[in-house]
Amino acid sequence: MVAQNVFFGIMALIMICAALKVVRTKNVVHAALWLVVVLGGVAGQFLLLGAEFVGVTQVLVYIGAVVVLLLFGVMLTKASLGEEADLNMPNRTLPAIIAALMFGVMTYALIDTFRDAELPRESVTNAAMVSDSIFADYIVPFEAVSVLLLAALIGAVVVARKE
Amino acid sequence: MLLVQFLLLSSVLFCIGVYGVLARKNGVMVLMSIELILNAVNINLVAFGTMTNNIAGEVFALFVIAIAAAEVGVGLAIVLLIFRNRSSVDLSSIDSMKG
Amino acid sequence: MEALSALAGEGPTSLIQAGGWFLEKAWIIPALPAISFVLILFFGKRMKYKGAEFGIISIAVAFIFAICCVGQWIGQVNNADSYTEKQEYHDEEKHSDKAAHEGILNEEIQRTSLNELGPASSEQIVVSAFAEEKDGYSSVGIKPVIERFTWWESGGRSFQVGIMVDGLAVMMLFVVTAISLLVHIYSTEYVAGDRRYTHYFAFLSLFSASMLFFVLSENILQTIVGWELVGVCSFALIGHWWEEKPNSDAALKAFLTNRVGDMGLLVGMIVLFWSAGSWSIVDINNAAINNEIGQSTLLIASLCLTAAVMSKSGQFILHTWLPDAMAGPTPVSALIHAATMVVAGIYMVARLYGVFFEGFDIAGSSFNVLALVGSVTLVGAGLLAFVQDDIKKVLAYSTVSQLGYMVMALGVGAWTAAVFHLFTHAFFKAGLFLGAGSVSHSVHSFDMKKSMGGMRKFMPTTYKTFIVCTIALMGLPPLAGFWSKDEILVGTGGWGLFGGTGGNGTYVFALVMGIIGAALTCAYMTRVIYLTFFGEFRGDTHGHGDPHESGKRITIPLIILAVMATGAGFLNFPVGFLTGSKAGWQERFGHYVEPVATYFPPIAHGTPSWSLAIFSTVVAIIGVSAAGYYFFVKVNAQSPAATELTNGLTEKSKVAKAGHTLLKQKYYLDHLYTDIIANGTKGPVADATYWTNQKGIDEAVNQVGKQTARAATFVYEKIDQNMVDGVVNLSGKASEGLGETTRTIIQRGKIHQYAAIMFAATTILAGLLIVFV
Repeated sequence: MVAQNVFFGIMALIMICAALKVVRTKNVVHAALWLVVVLGGVAGQFLLLGAEFVGVTQVLVYIGAVVVLLLFGVMLTKASLGEEADLNMPNRTLPAIIAALMFGVMTYALIDTFRDAELPRESVTNAAMVSDSIFADYIVPFEAVSVLLLAALIGAVVVARKE
Repeated sequence: MLLVQFLLLSSVLFCIGVYGVLARKNGVMVLMSIELILNAVNINLVAFGTMTNNIAGEVFALFVIAIAAAEVGVGLAIVLLIFRNRSSVDLSSIDSMKG
Repeated sequence: MEALSALAGEGPTSLIQAGGWFLEKAWIIPALPAISFVLILFFGKRMKYKGAEFGIISIAVAFIFAICCVGQWIGQVNNADSYTEKQEYHDEEKHSDKAAHEGILNEEIQRTSLNELGPASSEQIVVSAFAEEKDGYSSVGIKPVIERFTWWESGGRSFQVGIMVDGLAVMMLFVVTAISLLVHIYSTEYVAGDRRYTHYFAFLSLFSASMLFFVLSENILQTIVGWELVGVCSFALIGHWWEEKPNSDAALKAFLTNRVGDMGLLVGMIVLFWSAGSWSIVDINNAAINNEIGQSTLLIASLCLTAAVMSKSGQFILHTWLPDAMAGPTPVSALIHAATMVVAGIYMVARLYGVFFEGFDIAGSSFNVLALVGSVTLVGAGLLAFVQDDIKKVLAYSTVSQLGYMVMALGVGAWTAAVFHLFTHAFFKAGLFLGAGSVSHSVHSFDMKKSMGGMRKFMPTTYKTFIVCTIALMGLPPLAGFWSKDEILVGTGGWGLFGGTGGNGTYVFALVMGIIGAALTCAYMTRVIYLTFFGEFRGDTHGHGDPHESGKRITIPLIILAVMATGAGFLNFPVGFLTGSKAGWQERFGHYVEPVATYFPPIAHGTPSWSLAIFSTVVAIIGVSAAGYYFFVKVNAQSPAATELTNGLTEKSKVAKAGHTLLKQKYYLDHLYTDIIANGTKGPVADATYWTNQKGIDEAVNQVGKQTARAATFVYEKIDQNMVDGVVNLSGKASEGLGETTRTIIQRGKIHQYAAIMFAATTILAGLLIVFV
């Protein structure tokens, strides 16, 4: 019990710092790398919650593919690999205010509602359970998502091809 | 573990992501911030799924991951196109929708 | 039997309902010519005799039917008489015993029987006759046959169409059908080869149907309809040869002059309806006689109806159309303007006599409007007849004069005399007109002075019938005119010498005018006879040789009419004329025609006076001799072909010349109507009205319009354009400015900005949701 909480706290802290770094660093590649840290932390949280399959998928897809894709994008858009003078919008206070405001509202709402909700202990879901659910209850969204992926693939190729 | 700690974590990540979307000038950076947002949502989903002993949370999270991947692909394609046309990915200079 | 007429002044004590197949089906009589009218319109041109056969057959059948009706009616009256006789016998036995007791019963039952008059189907309601106190005598009245059906109901009132058959109606049916039949036969020869032969017969049939419908009408609405219908037929037939303008003018004049009187008809009938509460003639008469309507109301109604009579029956001053109506074919003049249509006014007065009797207070006075109008007409028209050259115009004025006699008779209360004069006049006047037509048919002209003369050699039959009818018109015994005219004079009650004549009042003025009129009639008819039949032939037959007698179809009706003119007078011998076994033949006409019923006012009858009869005959002979001397002796002495003395009275005396001119100009009445009244209205009155309209009323309206336009322009320019529009424009500009400002703030094209705003808004909304909900 206590161990989980401790682990949770450590990982949360790392994730938050990394996220802050993602949005504030002046180096694009550094930002991508800090993103990797965040994504890894998220995977860890999934494992803490007992969602094995999702955590593994997170690592595979996000860290393995998405970040690589982002780095490809960085490379192809010839972003300067070193520090860049200006990665931020001229006006940064407004977004800060908005973000803070948003955080305040959400925090209030969440704490107000879920103050005492406890997570059940020892609930581990394995891949078999997930697959059962997908292929029994959620087969249609599954198929839809596959079609969506196909569309996205074709779309990306079409959009980005050289004339 | 309390549920609320996961939710708070997710909200923090969400807000940081929002800040990043609004504050970053580079298109790729914006996409990264969007990834942050999506991940925050994922944590939320899985937490609620575990809370209510419903596998749907995890299933939904899987779907979100898939979609996020697709969206990044398409988004990057668009960014590339913008870069090809303008040879810069500075989003603050894209204001032809002015007025 | 004699006592009947004396007692008639009190009204009947009991009533029998008349019935009989012909009387109940009397509506067939007008229906037949109506059907013939339709048939002639549709099929006439194709028929062998061009439609005349329909007309003749229908009117002949109607005539036979009318004779059957007459027969049945006479039977009904005889039936009522036999009841009276029975009661007389009955009374004399019981009178001494139970006089007092019966007296009380009498009153009750008398009241019920008198009040029982109303619409009835033709069941025989026999109310037992009771003895009356006076003279131990009773009289039984006859309810007329009334058939009606409801045509239309609205607003709580029902309008009926029906027939009312009593002695007067039956008599008129006989007269109309007989004369119409003779005129039909006459016309087949007279208008042979005419340009509108079929049309002529169609309108003859329509006229017959209309007149018969009018005669049989049961309520005053039908009377009005029939009145107008005969007016329309008169218009159509007068204007038969409308291609010549004088003819169409004459037709219009007839119609429009009648229209003036029709206003009186409508107003009078409406007054009667509202005061009596019913359209039925019987009800109106009852209400008038039983004093349910005030005397002043009845006076107003009578005056209005008198105006109608003045126009339709050609009384002074609305008589001007009748001489002009001679522009129509002669058979039409005979039928419509001598025998039947012009007597529609007389018939209407006779039908509604209760109204007139009470309204003008005929009993017991010496002056009333009807008598005055009749008397003036009679003498005025008689004078006018002297200066006419056209033979038909003389006869027209003669008709006007004789109608004056009838109106005067009705005005003095001599109802039977007026109706009897109507009866006899129809025959001899129709005979005169048809005779004139026969003469003109051979000389193709109506002008006596220019085209006729000495016709007795060429047309003996026409001459003889004409003479017979003329003597009847003059009123010389023993022909028809004598009996009817004498009865009228008796009825005036003004003859005080050698025993009075009784009657309803003492109308001395009427008597005097009547006698003068008789003299005038004789004089001008003698003139006509001389100018037409004596002397030398002055005309020109355009190479056809001498004029010759007309064909059988013309002469046979003339002969029939002459016979009727001779014999019709014998139907109404005055009381006291015959004695002994022949006493039953007295007053036959009056007995059958004069109604003995509660809807007829209690009029008194004058007793005939030998002295008056002799006096009037002497006056007539004086008239004949004076004119005869003038023409037959002096003018003939001048030259056989002369028509007047060359240095006669009018040459010698200025007064006479002025009088002659006055007569020639028809008392300047036409001048008054056309030039003064009509042109005056067309000219100055119309101009004044126009000026008032244009300068007065229109100017006011225009000014209102102009001022409104000015005010509106002011409002438009100052207020609308500047103020209101200014405000509107201002709001527009404000919005524009706001939008401009917002645009520069919000829509700068920066996607980040849009995203920021989106997120901000979402947050705020979420916050609001959480806080307030």
